[in-house]
Amino acid sequence: MKKKGRGQSGSQGARAAGLLSVREMHDLVQAVLRLAKESEADDTEVHVDEVDDSLTRFANNAIHQNVAEHGVTVSVRTVVDGRTARATTNRLDEDSLRAAIQASLSLAHSQPKDRHLLPLAGKQRYRAVKRFIDATAAIRPEDRARAVKRASDLAIKRGQVAAGIFATGCSQAAVGNSRGLFAAYRETHAEFSITMTEGAATSWAKANSADVRAFDAQELALRASEKAHRAVNPRELDPGGYTVILEPAAVLDLVGFLFYDFAATALADKRSCLNERMGKPLFGKNISIADDVYHPLQLGSNFDGEGMPRQRVQLVDGGVPRNLVYSRRAAKAARKSPTGHGFALPNEYGEAAMNLVFGGGKTSLEEMIASTERGLLVTRLWYIREVDPYEKVMTGMTRDGLYLVEKGRVTSAARNFRFNQSLIEMLRNVEMLGPAVRATGEEAFEMVVPAMKVRDFHFSEVTKF
Amino acid sequence: MWDWAGYSLDIARLRGATYADVRVMHLRQRDLTTKNGEVGTLAQSESTGLGIRVLANGAWGFASTDVLTRDGVAACAAQAVAIAKASALAKRDNVKMAEENAYIDSWQSPCRKDPFEIPLETQLALLLAADAEMRRVKGVTLTETDMQFRKIDSWFASSIGSRIHQRKVISGCGIVATSFQGQEIQKRSYPNSFGGQHALEGYELIEGMDLVKHAPVIAEEAVALHSAAQCPEKTGTLILGGSQLGLQIHESVGHPIELDRVLGQEANFAGTSFLTLDQLNKLKYGSEIVNVVADARLDHGPGLGSFAYDDEGVPAQCTDIIKDGQFRGYLSNRETAHLIGLNRSSGTMRTESWNRLPIIRMTNVSLLPGTWSFDDLIADTSDGILMDTNRSWSIDDRRYQFQFSTEIGWEIKGGKKTRMLKNPSYSGITTDFWNSCDAIGSREHWTLWGTPNCGKGQPMQTMGTGHGAAPSRFLNVRIGAAFSNQ
Repeated sequence: MKKKGRGQSGSQGARAAGLLSVREMHDLVQAVLRLAKESEADDTEVHVDEVDDSLTRFANNAIHQNVAEHGVTVSVRTVVDGRTARATTNRLDEDSLRAAIQASLSLAHSQPKDRHLLPLAGKQRYRAVKRFIDATAAIRPEDRARAVKRASDLAIKRGQVAAGIFATGCSQAAVGNSRGLFAAYRETHAEFSITMTEGAATSWAKANSADVRAFDAQELALRASEKAHRAVNPRELDPGGYTVILEPAAVLDLVGFLFYDFAATALADKRSCLNERMGKPLFGKNISIADDVYHPLQLGSNFDGEGMPRQRVQLVDGGVPRNLVYSRRAAKAARKSPTGHGFALPNEYGEAAMNLVFGGGKTSLEEMIASTERGLLVTRLWYIREVDPYEKVMTGMTRDGLYLVEKGRVTSAARNFRFNQSLIEMLRNVEMLGPAVRATGEEAFEMVVPAMKVRDFHFSEVTKF
Repeated sequence: MWDWAGYSLDIARLRGATYADVRVMHLRQRDLTTKNGEVGTLAQSESTGLGIRVLANGAWGFASTDVLTRDGVAACAAQAVAIAKASALAKRDNVKMAEENAYIDSWQSPCRKDPFEIPLETQLALLLAADAEMRRVKGVTLTETDMQFRKIDSWFASSIGSRIHQRKVISGCGIVATSFQGQEIQKRSYPNSFGGQHALEGYELIEGMDLVKHAPVIAEEAVALHSAAQCPEKTGTLILGGSQLGLQIHESVGHPIELDRVLGQEANFAGTSFLTLDQLNKLKYGSEIVNVVADARLDHGPGLGSFAYDDEGVPAQCTDIIKDGQFRGYLSNRETAHLIGLNRSSGTMRTESWNRLPIIRMTNVSLLPGTWSFDDLIADTSDGILMDTNRSWSIDDRRYQFQFSTEIGWEIKGGKKTRMLKNPSYSGITTDFWNSCDAIGSREHWTLWGTPNCGKGQPMQTMGTGHGAAPSRFLNVRIGAAFSNQ
């Protein structure tokens, strides 16, 4: 059995990160498949996942946490007599892998036959994606510390306090099965997030990319610093309906909650807000949404949990929900083709649209502000939760910079509001769209969305800061 | 495991660490779910690895590995020291730690029936039986059940000489009935929403829940909610069921007392806290009957926050948080204790796994029982609303303004529980809310609820916390705001 260790990974950055090479992942998958063949399994699927991540965390203008992790897991799904189950281990010696196979078989035997279980998929063809950037993989703790020091020095100079993270890392995944399927994917990721505090006021900026060179940490620090300064002495406004200008992070963290509503299984289970609404005008005509992992601003694997190639799916066209995403099982039930969005089996959720891309517009944030008689500019939202799953009413708070816009310009900061707002209604009330960008927040995973100007956004209560 | 722990400490010391602690952990988990009468998830996982935290040049570094070989462990310890030295490039002060004794101990949580020894067929049969009972009710459109078991072994060693082994067995289960009708989705859960009840117990927890008996009850309620009256919008008297109150405690007491939040260490992500250091021993947090403790000792109960030692090697303790309504204490660790004038950590450092840094976490943050029987509480309420089982929760990043909604509500009129209400919600400001508490349920109605999914930290860590609560009453609460615009 191949011993886990630092492999020949095919790129300088991947080698430096100590990742297994694609060949090593393939060999590991094949080794498990050979062991499984000696068992009673009719068929077997193997996942290999590896991470090499580092994260430098700072607060009060100094690093206070600084961590690194490296790990490999092997997950085995056996199929026996119409039943399936999964067992996962991070021990890669032969005995441990045999034990995982046996655990999977034991779990599988414990259940009734699954009349919907499909045979494993055969060999597939994949569209190539390149998301491993050596410059990101090469970042060292000292590089992150120096960037943090620069941001902290800026804060100290301006009488502010900086807190945030600078994270870099790489991950990879492979899936293979006894029907000849094999796929592998590798990416790097870099993220800088900063909150600047001035007195009781705060603001925030964040960027995330496969390429650490795609953002400038100090430029983000400067943006957060300037916005924090403008957030001092907030006015308390009355709750009610406001025109809002939502920056991309605020849009993302709201609309990101739609990702599971586009799952065919969610509709079959009658828990999607799209139940009985497919093919009918639901949002404004200016709203179009696709799921597209191949978009140049997206990250993510080009195959799903069963190794099926991901496809671009136009979910909403001109405000009308047109299509859903399908796992193999959901596709068979609906007599459709799988779209490559399934979760690893067995699971009860089926699939999800994890790479949403909203159609954008051409209006800049400045133009949205200039066009607004009275409204609120929202930096980001926080602690968003679903209040009503069918009308998709969401609640949450504004955070880190809420600004009053009057007669086309920002006139003051405002105390943070709680909102209770239907996403369906919100996407009917979009008046302007900015260019779609790779947005990153804290409530939803990264997607490609525009800034939006929305009328009659409902704020129900105000907090004390 | 002790060999790897000791070896990593040796390497860290040789590389220049002035303090180090290490956790070698073996985690085992089993997940079972059903949906609409069929098996959903059926999975088991095991994970073994080592995480070492070091102080070098006055700053922290942490590294983890699953390569448990001499080379792998040495590389990991060396990496932790190198990271600490990088941290020192952007430090303000040297880290200071409160004194702590060295302990050599071994501890195991109480577990009468090892869930990993119970046949899978038995576990699945129970879930499928509960699922079938829910599906028997006309109008139910989705049924879900789940069980989760974890067995965690941790070998902790530190450079001050501690060697502590702990084994925890955690069990949990829950069932959910959902009904889609017209333009509305309603659901009911038992014994709690979002995964049910979880505790530091064995399979005896599952058997005590009697899922099959409760399945038709919640299924019928889920369907009945469609024809129930909408919860009114008003300011009035609110009675919260125990599980909902447990979450209220978690969000509006448990998080704001975390000293890392208070000190700004979570400012960029989880947020800060309104409980600034000047509030300690001065703030009137609640009414005089409100007493809250953070108690990690097993004496408090088999909660998700119970242990013998935290992941920094500090023994479990009970800390007064709110005493007779006054704010009395924070959750601290060895690094922050001195900042509030303590010479010892309150023992709340916890880690999700070997690959995560221990951080300040809730233990069992509980509202101590009062004197009211549930029947008396209802009989004593002339006009109010009883809300039970959480549906959504949200609170601002300083833990002031909150809004919760629950799955079900009941109107209380003239001391009697009358009609069912749908879409209940309530909101308020934390201190106003706790100061409005005028009745707390007695010990016989008190349950140590488990919250298995508390997220905190970067990289994110999920932790289980315990919250003891009995049904309690609050006055002049804003009710129904969540749906005021719908």
